[in-house]
Amino acid sequence: MDAIVLQVLNGLDKGSAYALIALGLTLIFGTLGVVNFAHGALFMLGAFCAVTLNTVLNISFSTIDPVKKDFLGNPLKVETPYIESWFGPELGAAIIDWSVPISILFAIPVMILIGLCMERGLIKHFYKRPHADQILVTFGLAIVLQEIVKYFYGANPIPTPAPAALSSSVDMGVFLGFDAGSIIYPYWRLIYFCFAAVIVGGVFAFLRYTTFGMVVRAGMADRETVGLLGIHIDRRFTIVFAIAACVAGLAGVMYTPINSPNYHMGMDFLVLSFVVVVVGGMGSLPGAVAAGFLLGVLESFASMGQVVDLLPGINQIIIYLVAIVILLTRPRGLMGRKGVMEE
Amino acid sequence: MFGLSKKDGTLFLVVIGMTLFAPILLNPFPEGSELAQFNAGYPDLMQRFVIFGIFAIGFNILFGLTGYLSFGHAAFLGVGSYAGVWMLKLLTMNVVPAIMVSVVVAGLFSALVGYISLRRSGIYFSILTLAFAQMSFALAYSVLTPITNGETGLQLALDDPRILGVSQVNGSIPPTNFFGFEMRDGFTLDIASWSFTFNVGYYLCAAIMLIAFYLSIRIFRSPFGIMLQAVKTNQQRLRFTGVNTRPYTLAAFIISGMYAGLAGGLMVAMDPLAGAERMQWTASGEVVLMTILGGAGTLIGPVLGAGVIKYFENIFSKINDNVLYNWFSFMPDALQDAFVFMIHPFIGKGWHLTLGIMFMLVIICLPGGVVEGGQRIAKLFRRKKSGPADSGAASLPNSTPAE
Amino acid sequence: MKVFDKGVSRRSLMKGGVALTAGLAAPHFFTRSAHAYLNEPTGSTVTLGFNVPQSGPYADEGADELRAYELAVEHLNGGGDGGMMNTFSSKALKGNGILGKKVEYVTGDTQTKSDAARASAKSMIEKDGAIMITGGSSSGVAVAVQALCQEAGVIFMAGLTHSNDTTGKDKKANGFRHFFNSYMSGAALAPVLKANYGADRKAYHLTADYNWGYTTEEAVRTSTEAMGWQTVQTVKTPLAQTDFSSYITPVLQSDADVLVLNHYGGNMVNSLTNAVQFGLRDRMVNGKQFEIVVPLYSRLMAKGAGANVKGIFGSTNWHWSLSDPGSQAFVKSFGSKYGFPPSQAAHTCYVQAILYADAVERAGTFNPCGVVEALEGFEFDGMGNGPTLYRAEDHQCFKDVLVVKGKENPTSEFDLLEIVEITPVAQVTYEPNHPQFAGGQLGTCNPGA
Repeated sequence: MDAIVLQVLNGLDKGSAYALIALGLTLIFGTLGVVNFAHGALFMLGAFCAVTLNTVLNISFSTIDPVKKDFLGNPLKVETPYIESWFGPELGAAIIDWSVPISILFAIPVMILIGLCMERGLIKHFYKRPHADQILVTFGLAIVLQEIVKYFYGANPIPTPAPAALSSSVDMGVFLGFDAGSIIYPYWRLIYFCFAAVIVGGVFAFLRYTTFGMVVRAGMADRETVGLLGIHIDRRFTIVFAIAACVAGLAGVMYTPINSPNYHMGMDFLVLSFVVVVVGGMGSLPGAVAAGFLLGVLESFASMGQVVDLLPGINQIIIYLVAIVILLTRPRGLMGRKGVMEE
Repeated sequence: MFGLSKKDGTLFLVVIGMTLFAPILLNPFPEGSELAQFNAGYPDLMQRFVIFGIFAIGFNILFGLTGYLSFGHAAFLGVGSYAGVWMLKLLTMNVVPAIMVSVVVAGLFSALVGYISLRRSGIYFSILTLAFAQMSFALAYSVLTPITNGETGLQLALDDPRILGVSQVNGSIPPTNFFGFEMRDGFTLDIASWSFTFNVGYYLCAAIMLIAFYLSIRIFRSPFGIMLQAVKTNQQRLRFTGVNTRPYTLAAFIISGMYAGLAGGLMVAMDPLAGAERMQWTASGEVVLMTILGGAGTLIGPVLGAGVIKYFENIFSKINDNVLYNWFSFMPDALQDAFVFMIHPFIGKGWHLTLGIMFMLVIICLPGGVVEGGQRIAKLFRRKKSGPADSGAASLPNSTPAE
Repeated sequence: MKVFDKGVSRRSLMKGGVALTAGLAAPHFFTRSAHAYLNEPTGSTVTLGFNVPQSGPYADEGADELRAYELAVEHLNGGGDGGMMNTFSSKALKGNGILGKKVEYVTGDTQTKSDAARASAKSMIEKDGAIMITGGSSSGVAVAVQALCQEAGVIFMAGLTHSNDTTGKDKKANGFRHFFNSYMSGAALAPVLKANYGADRKAYHLTADYNWGYTTEEAVRTSTEAMGWQTVQTVKTPLAQTDFSSYITPVLQSDADVLVLNHYGGNMVNSLTNAVQFGLRDRMVNGKQFEIVVPLYSRLMAKGAGANVKGIFGSTNWHWSLSDPGSQAFVKSFGSKYGFPPSQAAHTCYVQAILYADAVERAGTFNPCGVVEALEGFEFDGMGNGPTLYRAEDHQCFKDVLVVKGKENPTSEFDLLEIVEITPVAQVTYEPNHPQFAGGQLGTCNPGA
């Protein structure tokens, strides 16, 4: 039983990342009608916001330690971050330690800016173009963004640990009514799940309870009529794109302590998040979120030893298998609307 | 001519000429010159050009005509490759059975996938095909290792049974052949400092590509092809008029799957190894990109797109800093360093970057892909000649880029 | 016009072509046996093909391999400080290229995909007239390219490839591997694990679900079981997996007290990071401290796992902190050129290039069959791994294997591993027909003509 609870937790955690990326992707689908193959790259850029801030905070001056030697036998250069010399070693180290949470503040404006530039500079011109053209141009953009990151940061994963205080795990066994020690879960993964819930809730509330959100929803339903009513829908769509970029970016920032980021992490998530969006149903935000969590949980269950023993290889294909079953039984995914991207 | 209209006939003749003289056309720079780096006229790359050309032509029959965007076509190529290698292992090193079995197996597999996936349309169809292909890849890489040899890829061994042939010749695996003509044989023609390689394998692939291309023209122009275009234009209306579109789309799907299988069979005929990553979504995405880049829905576009992408992959990735320094060796050192520094990110390990930039530029400047570029140039010339505006253009009458 | 077999180098043919009058084709035929072997260098230079991953997850490892090759070429041509050529026991190389021919090279991108790697290698053979192909960062690629070189008739000097199969069931006469393999990792690790963790342990294996993973799991399992460990469970993880949480939590549920991560590269970084996140290292099972083992370490990749590698045992082919003269010469030479110490991938690639050149010198010919003969059973020293044998039966190098541990207090970003033990070669040697290497034949060398 506790094994199942653990796998549910794992699934929710995986699902959080899927849901956050799919949420932005489906927003862009639904409002702008654009197939954005660069969305995975936005996730990756978010993660590298955290890496960048970490690097910036670690900018150091070097002093030569005559006692220690480096690998060539020369005197070792000891690097001390400026932050530590400015704020004192303790506060400085604490700031560096907390660089990932701090990156959120840094990533929000950066990602919004990237989103705005992308939409105004490129995507805008592709609203009326066929989806095939959108795929090619956004895929090209994704490659370019990836390669730029690779040029500066290399191809290897870069460790960006969570703050020391949050990097351990918590024993939730007693709390959930099991034996002590049976359910141990890392703090950061719990935080990631809560963070995703807050972001998802925030986006939904924004679309539900603000006038802006109302107009966007109206635009999703019937863009032409909204335009005829004299509402400048394009500008709102720009902002929607920026929000979607920001959501993907934040998902990336918070993901860095879970897995060290590398330049192609976006591509790893891209295909999965497309599957999630489509399984959720085109044009449905709740559908995307639900599908994200559903696929996450099912993926976790499929990796359990008992399941794999029964059906070898099921852990490799579960997401795609579920996608096929759902799309065959429910023609428009879980909550899709009729007529969106069906031609 | 060949039962084609004048326009198509001209196009076909041009394609025949280009494939026949590819070894010369692709080696424009003399050996030993600095620009020889850009020569593409060596057997392996020429084979790849035509094989991926076949793959893209087949993909275009589905995507260009019906508008159904399959994101899993690489699976058919992969399945065809595996079938081909098994034929080479078990039956004979003659490539004919291998190629035929590849086509048949890929056709059967695509019938299965198509039958299920075509129940949905639009992006739902795309994701269904993607899901099938990704499952094939994941299983081939891991659980199906006994059949596919997993990560390593299925390859020939010295102890293959090979019923109609020998297992080994003097401790080596015999080469693939076409009724005695070894795929790797060929001859080289030296003219001054140029050197052109004519390879048997390439000409086999080229001949098959020409047949495949001819068939695709016939399909495009047939009533069947027109029906497929009607599916793309307005499937709803077709249904209202009482036409069941499923058999048509399924037929197109199977045909394009068989083209993919043919490409897979030819790949192993040229180079007998089949790796699972041939089926990965990136490989499926590649053929989509080839088709769109060249010009979806046009006859020649996909072949050009395939050529462009393979050229970048094989030529640009091989330019390293050393080569750059040679190019700019006539400059003063500082200038040389500056130039190398500027170009460095775009070549060698940065070839992906160049490819990405090119995708964006082509699609921003030429909405119809490379073919549109050709048409624009042709139009420019025609305007100068002010002659009749009907020659050379390769596209369909209504060549709106497909969706 | 010349008729010949597949790709006699156009570079070499061009020399003949140049002599012809411009614009005139002077047809002349010759038979296949006109050249003794494929891509015979006839001019004043010889071309080697360096086929390394330049894109994809192993791009950094590939870049390091390329640096090593460039260094090797420099040394072969008499530039630089000579590096390990000075400590190498064979003195055939004179620093004037190979057999007096200046060494040139071409590079290509394997993308860590067998198709792309073969395409790249083929272009080197057919277009550039490369006489030897070397490099690579995964076993799938190594096996694929090795088979290609066998069929084409050039020598393949494998780069980083650790699967048993490269010199086991997929061995080829034209292919040679200097790097160690899964079996050696298992054989070297087991005694150290026993000494540190005791003979009564229960191991849980997470294995990458592809060929290299299988051979490594088998090797480590067999060696640890032989000294008394139990294997509780082995679980295969999909290659594309990035989040290993759902594979780690069942470990918490089991009564295992050791976790063996048969992962490499990005997989290893992620699974290790996840395992540490879940508090496995603070865990006590059966009154014993829970431990994690990573059979194949790569320093470049270990960097990605950050502090998580501290105290974790693994094995490696070579490490820059070795103090023998060969290693020191290499580190000095590499470090002063590039500013950081070389990785094990760089080391094995450098050594392979030098070994090839030396074999050609000793054979007196570039003919692959001559080179094979010179390398088979070749014993040498001074290349950083102690006395080494290139075994004739399977073309595998036999040498000492390093057992390393993640360093607790690294002094620099390169100083991540410390050497725990240098396992002597006798302990990791196996019979050529060992069950883990069964099947497959070398065949005969193929000179391609």
